[in-house]
Amino acid sequence: MLEFLNPPFMQRALIAAVLVGITAPAIGIYLVQRRQALMGDGIGHVAMTGVGLGFLLSTNPVWMATLVAVAGSVVMELIRWYGRTRGDIALAMLFYGGMAGGVMLINLSDTGSNANLTSFLFGSLSTVSEEDVTAIVVLAAFVVLVTVGLRRQLFAVSQDEEFARVTGLPVRVLNLLVAVTAAVTVTVAMRVVGLLLVSALMVVPVAAAQQISKSFKVTFVLAVVIGTAVTLAGTVTSYYQDVPPGATIVLLAIGAFVVLTALATPLARRRARGSMREAERCTLEVPAARRAKDDVQV
Amino acid sequence: MPESSTPEPVISMRGATATLGARPVLRGVDLTVHRGEVVALLGANGSGKSTAVRSVIGQVPLTGGTVELFGTPLRRFRQWARVGYVPQRTTAAGGVPATIREVVSSGRLSRTKLGLPGRADREAVDRAIELVGLTDRAKDSVNALSGGQHQRVLIARALASEPEVLIMDEPMAGVDLASQEILATTLREQVAGGATVLLVLHELGALEPLIDRAIVLRDGCVMHDGPPPEAMGQHALPGHDHVHPHAASEPVRTGLLS
Repeated sequence: MLEFLNPPFMQRALIAAVLVGITAPAIGIYLVQRRQALMGDGIGHVAMTGVGLGFLLSTNPVWMATLVAVAGSVVMELIRWYGRTRGDIALAMLFYGGMAGGVMLINLSDTGSNANLTSFLFGSLSTVSEEDVTAIVVLAAFVVLVTVGLRRQLFAVSQDEEFARVTGLPVRVLNLLVAVTAAVTVTVAMRVVGLLLVSALMVVPVAAAQQISKSFKVTFVLAVVIGTAVTLAGTVTSYYQDVPPGATIVLLAIGAFVVLTALATPLARRRARGSMREAERCTLEVPAARRAKDDVQV
Repeated sequence: MPESSTPEPVISMRGATATLGARPVLRGVDLTVHRGEVVALLGANGSGKSTAVRSVIGQVPLTGGTVELFGTPLRRFRQWARVGYVPQRTTAAGGVPATIREVVSSGRLSRTKLGLPGRADREAVDRAIELVGLTDRAKDSVNALSGGQHQRVLIARALASEPEVLIMDEPMAGVDLASQEILATTLREQVAGGATVLLVLHELGALEPLIDRAIVLRDGCVMHDGPPPEAMGQHALPGHDHVHPHAASEPVRTGLLS
């Protein structure tokens, strides 16, 4: 019945999938909170150059992508600090330069091919090697440590940066940590969902979770649950049906978002009605007023 | 003002200058707040009052002059738990839902820093929420609150660290009457407990009885530093430019009918 658990490549893919499902929403929630939902997409583009370098130098592409993505995220954070005016142009240079550099480097290398390129862009189950799994486990542990261990501090910085500075928190260091952690997450997720769809898994589970939650804590837990559920379901689906895992996972996540939004609308309406009853309705009795149940003879 | 046991003022700003782009916003501002004092910073829009208060807490770099907090130059000041900051309320909340308790808890980080909060920290957060009268709504999302309630959350967040000085930027802006009363009461309790307050105000309004001293700014210069002029509001200030952000929802008081 659980036949998909037998092939070793599937075992590796499932381990990677679970870790992606946990880590991507865990860092994504802070990006969404500070309205940088598309940052993961940018880092994904930059990581491409790392993958290309990995092929060219015949080293493990995951570690090389991590190095380049981390460097890219640090540069992005520096641009955010200093280059206020032309920041978006600078980021565009970085993103598309990273992408173009990656494609170029893969083509130059002997081992890289277009099939390889596609597997990194859109994810692939059969290519997750044992070496990759080791790298993914180590990197995911770092992401969980940061996003859970420093959740109070990261929440404060992402909610109101100026206030966080006045509490004396090391805001610049924490911002840098968020950027670096996001970069690490991109490379964790790269093998399964692919670089072009990484960002979706950081954002969509969070967006889905916040449809039905009132608190940051519940949003966090729910987003991780949704993330893990869709990555597992997507991975298993793409084992049985010949569909790309990354696309399947992202479509499932969007499906979860739609379902939760549909469920949440009547819930929100009822809540709004409840608070209106308390706060806004007139409570004064008008003495001569006729009530609905009054038996009025005409 | 009764002299306190520590001689140095809580806030001391000397000859502060600051620019916004090429435009000078502060042109040599002196501002002193002693322990236990409640000082209002008044002025028209663009007079530099918000810039002055934000440079006191190091959020606007000065091009000249000095700032000292509790006798320590701002550059070397680290005891941020002694300062409770209430920023001007922004309409944009975070992109993720958060409860009142979660937001207020971040005010306690100036004491816990990178460590874990203990029981005393949780109790301080509960107390701060109680002070602004939102205990029964502590688990509600801040996105569901009115402007006045949101402002009360920001004040609770500042009170969570049990600060000695409260620095508030327009705490009454866009706040409904019921919340204004609660804010005034909260502030009165804090002042009675010995807190020092520096606040930027559009007009004295409900807080007037609490104010010991008013500093009026105009074009980045101090025009007045002394007792608050009686019944002095925004309209009596020099350079009042008659910009009313709430004009649509408020009857225009022309003075002819009221």
